[in-house]
Amino acid sequence: MATSKIELAVRKPNSQVGIIDIQGEVTGAAETPLMNAYEEASHNGMRTIILNFSNLEYMNSSGIGLLVTLLIRVNRQKQRLLSYGLSEHYQQIFQLTRLNEAIGIYDDEASALNAAG
Amino acid sequence: MSSTPPPSDRQKSSEQAWAKPSDRLQVDHDMPQGSMNLNVHGRQLNNPLQGFGQMWQKTYRIKLIAPRVPMSGKAATPQDIIAGWKANFPKFWPRGNNFYAPLTEIQPGEVAVLNLKGPGGMPLSTGVRVIYVDDEQFSFMTPQGHMFAGMITFSSFDEDGVYAQVQALIRASDPAYEFFFKLGIIGKMEDEFWTATLQNLAEYFGASGKVELKAVCVDTRWNWGAAKNITHNAAMWSGIYTVTAPLRWFGRKATGKK
Repeated sequence: MATSKIELAVRKPNSQVGIIDIQGEVTGAAETPLMNAYEEASHNGMRTIILNFSNLEYMNSSGIGLLVTLLIRVNRQKQRLLSYGLSEHYQQIFQLTRLNEAIGIYDDEASALNAAG
Repeated sequence: MSSTPPPSDRQKSSEQAWAKPSDRLQVDHDMPQGSMNLNVHGRQLNNPLQGFGQMWQKTYRIKLIAPRVPMSGKAATPQDIIAGWKANFPKFWPRGNNFYAPLTEIQPGEVAVLNLKGPGGMPLSTGVRVIYVDDEQFSFMTPQGHMFAGMITFSSFDEDGVYAQVQALIRASDPAYEFFFKLGIIGKMEDEFWTATLQNLAEYFGASGKVELKAVCVDTRWNWGAAKNITHNAAMWSGIYTVTAPLRWFGRKATGKK
């Protein structure tokens, strides 16, 4: 399989929210790093996970599949999954795949944090 | 005045690779005589989250031994495999199962009507939409009523040899399909279908190889909120259409229509 071209960083702005900053490409090769980042972001009972797509360079259909499996993990932990920083193009892809019905989409970090409560 | 920077090459290729969103599927192309055009037009796409049954990731993979590009005879690369697969997609399907699309080659946004051999050989009409195409993979999503809610991705890659792969991330769409899936009926049909498809693909490229299957249960829970999907069940509607064919025939005779 292709080498992962993704870089992920995890931040915790408060005791309830974990943010995963995504830089690069979300493809099938990103599975292990993304799930590891989720585990780190989720540690200590975070209620909401926010995906920061501001520096997303590319996402293919395998990347969408990854987000679905991430959502299953999130739902299993009774967490919420939100996002911000999606370009209009990738917002359309979320609409095409109906992921917008499961992942909250916000314009910026402040809005996403506000929605997280 | 600030201006929007021009799209990067990567963004342009992404915009070309993905289909545009649409609220409901439209079937605008002609269908062959005798085919069944049901359960596609007007339906919404369903991702795996909108299905009912347990969620599975099923991966069918074949290592192609000595694949050659037809006509030229040169060693086939993963890009050659995908190009040939896109250009000849319906031909690799097992006999009795048909893929009716508007264009000869798989393109983003295409809506295809499928006429399949359902359980017991009963004809089943459903469809797919092509959501993503690049030179390494292409993906479909299924509409309401299809046996499975989800995505299926066709890819080829080099991993110490050239592989072709079909990977499905799916849930049975409704409780009826989940029942037959649990009985092993639908799952077995699906496994045979994609195994045969990959073997036909290998034969096209003059290659040998053995199909391997890996199935991972991603979510063991039933999604009871999607139980109402049964109202769209394509097998049910196709069955009703089939058994009422004599009534339509008499109706046409009575009204003088063809």
